[in-house]
Amino acid sequence: MLAQIHVTFKEGVLDPQGKTVHHALNDLGYDEVLDVNIGKYLEIKLDSASEEEAEIRVREMCERLLANTVIESFRFTLVPTE
Amino acid sequence: MKCGIVVFPGSNCDHDCYHILKHILNQETHWLWHKEEANLESFDLIVLPGGFSYGDYLRAGAIARFSPIMNSIIGFAKAGGKVLGICNGFQVLLESNLLPGALIQNQSRKFICKNVSVRVENLDTPFTRLCGENRVLEIPIAHHQGSYYIDPFSLNELEEKGQILFRYCDTEGNISAESNPNGSVGSVAGLTNEQKNVMGMMPHPERCADPQLAGTDGQIIFQSLISNF
Repeated sequence: MLAQIHVTFKEGVLDPQGKTVHHALNDLGYDEVLDVNIGKYLEIKLDSASEEEAEIRVREMCERLLANTVIESFRFTLVPTE
Repeated sequence: MKCGIVVFPGSNCDHDCYHILKHILNQETHWLWHKEEANLESFDLIVLPGGFSYGDYLRAGAIARFSPIMNSIIGFAKAGGKVLGICNGFQVLLESNLLPGALIQNQSRKFICKNVSVRVENLDTPFTRLCGENRVLEIPIAHHQGSYYIDPFSLNELEEKGQILFRYCDTEGNISAESNPNGSVGSVAGLTNEQKNVMGMMPHPERCADPQLAGTDGQIIFQSLISNF
């Protein structure tokens, strides 16, 4: 199983990288860009017995280490692999 | 005062802290290796030094927080032991939930290395008790992820409980957006927990505590600590 995890800043937390890229896109003429948020993408290969178990364990990994829930939120999807 | 200085892979201010405590202030000082749990009962102060523990991978302090020595330090802190985290050490304390909030990338997106002024906001703590009334200290900063963040409600709470110890200011002690080098909320440069035994700060007092170097404003923080024992 493969966990595809996205970690992004919560609303209201300053994202200087996102701001810079936002300005750069506007400078390139993409005036429709209203906001840019930059986060992290992680892929984690798992040897889990079931999707239910993987769901519980990956959530725990995110809360304990992969995201700092003071400033970041996370979401993930589980994809079956051979 | 018996001091312990933690060495993580990537710590690089550990020797500076050791030098100030042992050679300048003549305190009994020991190294604490990150890989081992330790009996800290006989210690009076634990210092988490600056640097780039575990390469700052994932988030600054996020991996160091799970080192075996941190189990001992969390127990030590919960029992009332004094813990000082400087720069990366501050980041580790936040990741360990020993202090509230988080540190994110500087607003300017740049690594900032310069002397800054900080105003001492609370003199009634073991870390600041020898600082004079409204004292402005000049202490260097050197960081990339030093912008303090906490939600507005909790920031207010920190203020009411006297947990904010240092704020970035100008040389006169005035606080403004211009005197805030990294975009920290409330210009917070250092804070303590509710029990006032754990303190974290982004400025480096150990870099301005040896009289052979320019400036000794940082010494007052270590001397305040020594005066508790």
